[in-house]
Amino acid sequence: MSESHKFILMLEEVNKSFEGFKAISNLTLYMDEGELRVIIGPNGAGKSSMLDLITGRTKPDSGKIEFGRDTDLTKLNEAKINQLGISRKFQTPSVYVDHTVFENIWLSLQGSRSVWSTLFSRVTPERRDRIYEVLKIIALDGKADWKAGALSHGQKQWLEIGMLLAQNPKLLLVDEPAAGMTDEETHKTGELLLGLEGKHSIIVIEHDMTFVRQIARKVTVLHQGTVLCEGKVDDIQNNERVREVYLGRKKKN
Amino acid sequence: MLVKTTKWELWIVAVATVSLLAVLPSLNAFTAPESLMHVSDFTINLYGKYLCYGILAISVDLLWGYTGLLSLGQCLFFALGGYMMGMYLMRMIGDLGQYHQPIPDFLVFLGWSRLPTFWEPFSSFAFALVMVILLPAVLALVFGFLAFRSRIKGVYFAILTQALTYAGCLLFFRNDLLMGGNNGFTDFKFIAGYDLRNASTQRGLYICTVLLLLGTYALCKWLTATKFGKVQQAIRDSENRVLFSGYATAHFKLFVFVLAAIIAGLAGALYVPQVGIINPSEMGPDKSLEAIIWVAVGGRGTLIGPVIGAFAVNAMKSWATRAYPDLWLLFLGLTFILVTLFMPKGIVGLPAQLGVVKQRFWPAKPVVDESKPVVVEEAPLTKPD
Repeated sequence: MSESHKFILMLEEVNKSFEGFKAISNLTLYMDEGELRVIIGPNGAGKSSMLDLITGRTKPDSGKIEFGRDTDLTKLNEAKINQLGISRKFQTPSVYVDHTVFENIWLSLQGSRSVWSTLFSRVTPERRDRIYEVLKIIALDGKADWKAGALSHGQKQWLEIGMLLAQNPKLLLVDEPAAGMTDEETHKTGELLLGLEGKHSIIVIEHDMTFVRQIARKVTVLHQGTVLCEGKVDDIQNNERVREVYLGRKKKN
Repeated sequence: MLVKTTKWELWIVAVATVSLLAVLPSLNAFTAPESLMHVSDFTINLYGKYLCYGILAISVDLLWGYTGLLSLGQCLFFALGGYMMGMYLMRMIGDLGQYHQPIPDFLVFLGWSRLPTFWEPFSSFAFALVMVILLPAVLALVFGFLAFRSRIKGVYFAILTQALTYAGCLLFFRNDLLMGGNNGFTDFKFIAGYDLRNASTQRGLYICTVLLLLGTYALCKWLTATKFGKVQQAIRDSENRVLFSGYATAHFKLFVFVLAAIIAGLAGALYVPQVGIINPSEMGPDKSLEAIIWVAVGGRGTLIGPVIGAFAVNAMKSWATRAYPDLWLLFLGLTFILVTLFMPKGIVGLPAQLGVVKQRFWPAKPVVDESKPVVVEEAPLTKPD
């Protein structure tokens, strides 16, 4: 790939094994700035493992993972990688159930993360405005005082997306945002993500093909830890090999 | 920032402060021993001991209830604080010991004729106080740094802390550590020039303990309401989310662990002159387990719960060890099981729990406030961990 092109994220020849099982093998993936990329693939294709590698949860056995121009992510831990501007939403909603919706966003706001700064940090009017701005985007501004644990499953998913937005990340990694949602909620989630396109670079991992069709521009199919093919949704769905490994298997299930 | 305090808690703290700080000591000092109102020296002493346990319990809860770190070795820091104070108290015995030597009796017994070097500075009260804070803090810093950097969590962390306190216990049992071995320190005479055998000195120590408890409560109340406190509780509920939100959770856990060790050390330092003895059994794993039970019984994740639990369980202990000395541990175990099963929020959570039961059998007519949408929020009885 040409050096002049501006990639937000670059994985080259990445390998990772877990006790002999090759979760990621020779994975190469480039992402443009501002792009919304959907990644699909059957169970065990290495989708979540890939996010683990990008976010520093696991380290690759070999290969390059770079963010922006030349930041090597393989040397950094989770917190540091997040501070660079990479935010991740987990597969199962992870919110702070005993905190209010407001506090959940407050803790996620961009800013210093040191122990001392948190001891003396206050909710300034600007921060409050920013928190409500985020709450409006995820349609939870009416529930700011609710405990996050009292929210419905779908709302928890949105809250977590809001927590990512509060960090004002350059790159959003969203793992199965529509899992467990009703059709209507799924559709809303899709609109939410489409609204973020361009402002952030986004990787979405998803199973739900209706949802994928709703949001997808460019789709990457992972299979056995490596890229099977990339392209538009229709091309992907008509691709013989994809049908074989993914859609075919899905029918059997 | 608004520190959220329920009316209940405010009342309990206010009443407890007035009675513990003013009423009890006054009744002890100013009423005749024959009077019905009189509070005996024994009671003051006993309450002083319970209050020290209360402070220790808050430190356990700061870790367990607020940060999700189950430490089964908190009594190590309590005992170390106690030992540091004990060294000073041993020096203050002077030559009034059994052997009438200028060094502590156990050293004479071990064949020493002069003071070991590391004992020298403990003639100073100020130095001892510094060590009361420093030793637990440094140990917690080193252990915590290693444990949290290696991401030791949950049950593994619990087991390691238990092993640590047991190791401390075995170490202090050794005579060649020159810390009194098996028998520890006892037979104290003076503290800062005051005679420990005087009721007024004991009363003074008791008041210091109440003040330390109030100070600890206020500090933790503030801390848990800050953004730091919110991060702390977030670590308890979803550590990965916190870590992937850019917080180095290890730093936060280390801070809390060291703070809790300091609080426990201070409590231990006040415990020793009131109880009159410190020995390695205070570091035994069973002591730390008891502290966990106080917190569970009182209500973890609250600040008054642990203190109430420490009082309740120890009052029960005082009674049961006299009435049924053989059955005490069974009582304790049974209490723990019953509380875990039926009172997951402890004594402090009882009113809310009874409210749910009352609501079920005698549902109150809902008061409809037209201005607000009605939100029926059922308090879950158990928290999925």
